[in-house]
Amino acid sequence: MKRIGIAAVIAAMFFAGWYHWPTSPRPWTDADLVVLESLSLGNLLPLPNDPTNAVADDPRAAKLGHALFFDTRLSRNGGISCATCHQPERKFTDGRAKGQALGMSKRHTQSIVGTAYSPWLYWDGRRDSQWSQALSPLEDENEHGTNRQQVLQLIADDPEYAASYVELFGALPGLQDPAEVNAAFANVGKLFAAYERILQPGPAPFDDYVAAVVANDKNRQVALFSDDEVVGLQLFIGKANCTQCHNGPLLTNNEFHNTGVLAAAGELPDKGRAAGAREVLANEFNCAGVHNDASQPDCPELEFMRTGAELIGTFRTPSLRNVAETAPYMHKGQLATLRETLEHYNDAPDAMIGHNEAKPLNLRSGELRQLEAFLFTLSAPLAVDEQWLRAPVRE
Amino acid sequence: MKNALFALMLGLSCVLATADESNWTSKRGLFVVSYQSELQPLQINQLHAWVLHIEDAQGGAVIGAQIDVDGGMPEHDHGLATKPRVTEELGNGDYLLDGLRFHMRGFWELELTIVANGKSDSVLLKVTL
Repeated sequence: MKRIGIAAVIAAMFFAGWYHWPTSPRPWTDADLVVLESLSLGNLLPLPNDPTNAVADDPRAAKLGHALFFDTRLSRNGGISCATCHQPERKFTDGRAKGQALGMSKRHTQSIVGTAYSPWLYWDGRRDSQWSQALSPLEDENEHGTNRQQVLQLIADDPEYAASYVELFGALPGLQDPAEVNAAFANVGKLFAAYERILQPGPAPFDDYVAAVVANDKNRQVALFSDDEVVGLQLFIGKANCTQCHNGPLLTNNEFHNTGVLAAAGELPDKGRAAGAREVLANEFNCAGVHNDASQPDCPELEFMRTGAELIGTFRTPSLRNVAETAPYMHKGQLATLRETLEHYNDAPDAMIGHNEAKPLNLRSGELRQLEAFLFTLSAPLAVDEQWLRAPVRE
Repeated sequence: MKNALFALMLGLSCVLATADESNWTSKRGLFVVSYQSELQPLQINQLHAWVLHIEDAQGGAVIGAQIDVDGGMPEHDHGLATKPRVTEELGNGDYLLDGLRFHMRGFWELELTIVANGKSDSVLLKVTL
């Protein structure tokens, strides 16, 4: 009996050791290199044009959009700006489960960085451009709580804003004609977008490591990545299946997936994209609307957009650039840490609504730790001049 | 965009006439389908178009077909990211299938339901990215 007890203890110790023991790196293969390069920031395509926004790349618009982004007068109580939730020092997130402005937002604040590349904005893709997205929080009762007339009045009353606006778009309208007000309000969104287009991620240790692997520079590889980070990366592109959705240089496919994330405590499950798809089609500021600046409007994303029940409980894949700095995670901030998030994917529980596309990973604890170590290598300062990351100094 | 696409597709149609593309026979054997992608090679996360070429069992070009498109990734139990559809009949059995986007690497299926000359059949195209 005593022998059996000792054997059981030894077996348990062996299992615990195996479960927590890290995996060793393996050599990189040619197939790995193809995948690694596809994820490297150096392979990010040039910023796509936005023909829906005539001032998208106008530095004057970016300057005015920058000022408006940090201006707390764009709110009912004079205390809320875009930067209240999209904080530059937190990579344009807020560290909260849900955004907190005048009230509490319905979902977790997403970063703005790199969103110029996405055909869809918000967790549910209910807007189809940066400029149409930027307008929504202004009129949301829980966010800025202002309205389009007040926004235009503020611009008209501020000599610097008014002069810049007139230079870009012509005279500010009176506030009586709804069509004129809506057009000018759309212009305000386009100013925000001109600023937000500038906000792009910078090269991270991961990108340097990929360059060292491609160059077969072993010394540099060792200097850049620990064994745990190497194995984490090998899991990331391998059996952890992360690159199924977190692919391309921004580590997102910007599409909608159900990964079985539990509803937030005390809330019904969120329908996600199933509702967002309907909303973007109906939105007055979408690509197909009259505020599109293109001479021959072309809206293939809306034209070929998928709708329907299959999208229930799906949410847009977030970029993993700077993911270690943007906790908590998921559409309601349900998961507090990277470790919790990795454990969620490892378990792949049944979805509350719709179905979980992910399958259990059966990774060991040591491997989850290595995957987590790798995710820290995706952090880097933004590829943006410092001046854009703080409120502009008014003269 | 449309004009540019059309010009591109005309070019691709010429290529199709001589290209040795894979042929996919429909379930009941009524149609034989081949395709040429605007994106060469196929890439993830890019909206793009294909030219479908449809022949009958005797090798004749199928004209005036109605084509419905569905598909997805069977391994992940999800559908396509977009709702692609045939937007134009280009002639000589060629059809412009626009609005495709594959958002994951892996094995995809596209099911085309073809109705032509009063007959209906479906064909499963298998694509690995």
